[in-house]
Amino acid sequence: MNCIIIDDEATARAIINQLCSNVDSLTVLEEFPNAIQAIKYLNQNDVDLIFLDIHMPDFTGFDFIETIKNPPKIVLTTSDANFAIQAFEYDCIVDYLVKPITPERFSKAIQKAESSALTNASKSKASDEVETTSGNDLYVNIDRRLIKIDIPSIYLVEAKGDYILIKTEDKNYTVHSTLKKIEEKLPDSLFLKIHRSYIINVDKIIDIEDNSVLIKKDVIPVSRSNRPELMKRLNLL
Amino acid sequence: MEKPNLSYIESMSGGDKDFEQKLIAIIKNEFPKEKEVYFANIASGNFKDAASNVHKLKHKISILGLTKSYDIAVNYEDNLLENSMEGKIEFEAILQNMTNFLETL
Repeated sequence: MNCIIIDDEATARAIINQLCSNVDSLTVLEEFPNAIQAIKYLNQNDVDLIFLDIHMPDFTGFDFIETIKNPPKIVLTTSDANFAIQAFEYDCIVDYLVKPITPERFSKAIQKAESSALTNASKSKASDEVETTSGNDLYVNIDRRLIKIDIPSIYLVEAKGDYILIKTEDKNYTVHSTLKKIEEKLPDSLFLKIHRSYIINVDKIIDIEDNSVLIKKDVIPVSRSNRPELMKRLNLL
Repeated sequence: MEKPNLSYIESMSGGDKDFEQKLIAIIKNEFPKEKEVYFANIASGNFKDAASNVHKLKHKISILGLTKSYDIAVNYEDNLLENSMEGKIEFEAILQNMTNFLETL
């Protein structure tokens, strides 16, 4: 198998590279400090396996998985064991290694990767199951339960690291997902991304002052680049 | 205060001394930069970004065998995500402990 390593931390890349060098059947083709560079590489090269860090600035490991069309086998690497449940919702992910990675645990991951025989069809099916919409409802996966949320009741979605906080009239939900992913599921007619960390329900705006929006009791910043689109959406007198 | 050690590095190097030295050099190069970014984010009140820095630094804490310090960092990261600086003094003492150790290598 050939592989690439994606991790913004040079120390982590060096450790994984060393562990790979102890496996005869594994060849490291390239290392990347961010996912964007790796996507460009994958467009031009065939790769059997990716060691992928989850927690990277701007573009996380999960963003990466959802961006590439036919992901190869992926072994996630992270300093946080809390992502395991979300990780295995993607069929392309064959294992999940918590840093610091030991040689023994690394060997097991390679065995799993070698014995894994995934089809592209099953991969795409898995990503569709993370969140689904049905009419005015959005289903979110929390602790292995699919919980229904009435879309018009959502007034704010906030990115919180590798989670999103969905605020509704009645209740707040913390979901292991990305802002990009939920943005695709919410109707454009009602929702607008006004900042890299916030999506708002335009109907719920109370007032706008300079570069912030008051929505319920939350004051939300509006980024300069998103402000023109917000102003376009308002019925200004 | 826990004493940092090279047990993990030695256990995963398979006796490859060149690799051990290479990895230590990478850590000595990368660690000060990560610290600098963390302190800058704390100084400017960017708690979410600081939490992300702590998350990244946790790996080096564990590489240097600091198990109790790792737990402190986990709690501190959670606190920063909640816009609280509880655990800051303890965490920054860990960074100093690591700095002192790396200077001896």
